[in-house]
Amino acid sequence: MLNILARSGGWLFGFLMVFVSSCPAAATTAGQVTTGAAGHPWWFWPIILFFFCLVLGILAVMAGVGGGVLYVPLVSGFFPFHIDFVRGVGLMVALAGALAAGPGLLRRNLANLRLALPVALIASTCSILGAMLGLYLSSLNPNIIQACLGMTIVGIAMLLLFSKNTEKPVVTKQDAIGLALGLTGAYWDDGARESVEWKTHRTLLGLCLFILVGLLAGMFGLGAGWANVPVLNLLMGVPLKVSVATSKFLLSITDTSAAWIYMNRGCVIPLIGVPSIVGLMLGSLIGVKILAVAKPKMIRYIVIAVLFFAGLKAIDKGFGLGLLG
Amino acid sequence: MNTQNKQALKPSREQIIYANLLIIGVWAGIFTLVTTYAIYLVGILPPHIDISAIPQVWGKGVSEFLEITHSPHGWGWLPLLVKGDFLNYIGFVLLALMTIVCYLVLVRGYIRQKNWIFAVIAFLEIVVLSVAASGILGSGGH
Repeated sequence: MLNILARSGGWLFGFLMVFVSSCPAAATTAGQVTTGAAGHPWWFWPIILFFFCLVLGILAVMAGVGGGVLYVPLVSGFFPFHIDFVRGVGLMVALAGALAAGPGLLRRNLANLRLALPVALIASTCSILGAMLGLYLSSLNPNIIQACLGMTIVGIAMLLLFSKNTEKPVVTKQDAIGLALGLTGAYWDDGARESVEWKTHRTLLGLCLFILVGLLAGMFGLGAGWANVPVLNLLMGVPLKVSVATSKFLLSITDTSAAWIYMNRGCVIPLIGVPSIVGLMLGSLIGVKILAVAKPKMIRYIVIAVLFFAGLKAIDKGFGLGLLG
Repeated sequence: MNTQNKQALKPSREQIIYANLLIIGVWAGIFTLVTTYAIYLVGILPPHIDISAIPQVWGKGVSEFLEITHSPHGWGWLPLLVKGDFLNYIGFVLLALMTIVCYLVLVRGYIRQKNWIFAVIAFLEIVVLSVAASGILGSGGH
């Protein structure tokens, strides 16, 4: 039953995408939307946005990606809101999701505070710089941000498609920085019925990469789970479960600093923000229930394909080519 | 499994405190968001920006939006809390403040343990988040 629901979720998502993109206001570029909802009453887009985010939340959980990374390219591509507001709300969406997930992950010792703290300090500082840079570029010309966002999204889609994470990386010797910071831990693996101990290596390089991760997260209003996990897992040698959980927890810190910059600039409109946050959180809760019994791999590929399309659409919009409508 | 191993599997005391604070704050934030949004939509408090006019300006850049709607930036929304739309900011701010509150507890814990490295890291994070929240950086909208 839930398998059918999961599959129909993909179709529903496709239907919503087609519906939204067929609405007149969505077909125009953000800067051109001056007549409001193109004949629609004020409540039309918030309601559509709520259901869109609800389905997005379900699919994000099933595809194993964060809500923020789907929200920004899709909503900026198919809804009539300016990219400034989409990025501001995108960060609030990612923040709310990460904050809600944090307590459970910390209690189960999957998200590791010692690992998260140094990384978060670097990423959150850089996400402030990213947010300021993003807002500056957007004030010069929003198309610059659209094009850069598009290229980043295409890159993320490729990363999701090709990167092969390692369940339990082998770290023979911990490096000096990892040792000094005490970046070690253990967790209970339910599947293997064993405790798994871990430690980090290549810690300095990993920490340096979080400069870039923070910049991108702040600049585009994306949650950065797509980048956190490969750096923690593939580079620093943290087990996949701990990487995913610590990454989710990290977002609650990284996105907070960038979200404040956008909020202080006035980029969070309640009429757009609340339906997005509530829709995505409800969707995530439903998604977790479905995921417990159904694991349709196809959903992940659909989401990656949608990301490719959204990225290309943003590039198209940014360069004003008009090839994708 | 030996005692040391068992101990390593347990989350630290700070992690548990952090988690407990977070869960209260998050759900308080979400509840506030939903409640204030209902107040806004029902029109119990008049909004600063006419709700039916928002679709005409949400396609514009943020600077233009603020100028047209005479909306404040930074913490300028505080005096407008009696307006239905700005009332929603309580929920947003509650969510965005949670990490700072949790970190305050962490700093205290690390100082007690004399774990100076992590006490400094946590303190610096509070400084970074507080600077971001203060509106000193990048709140010049017009």
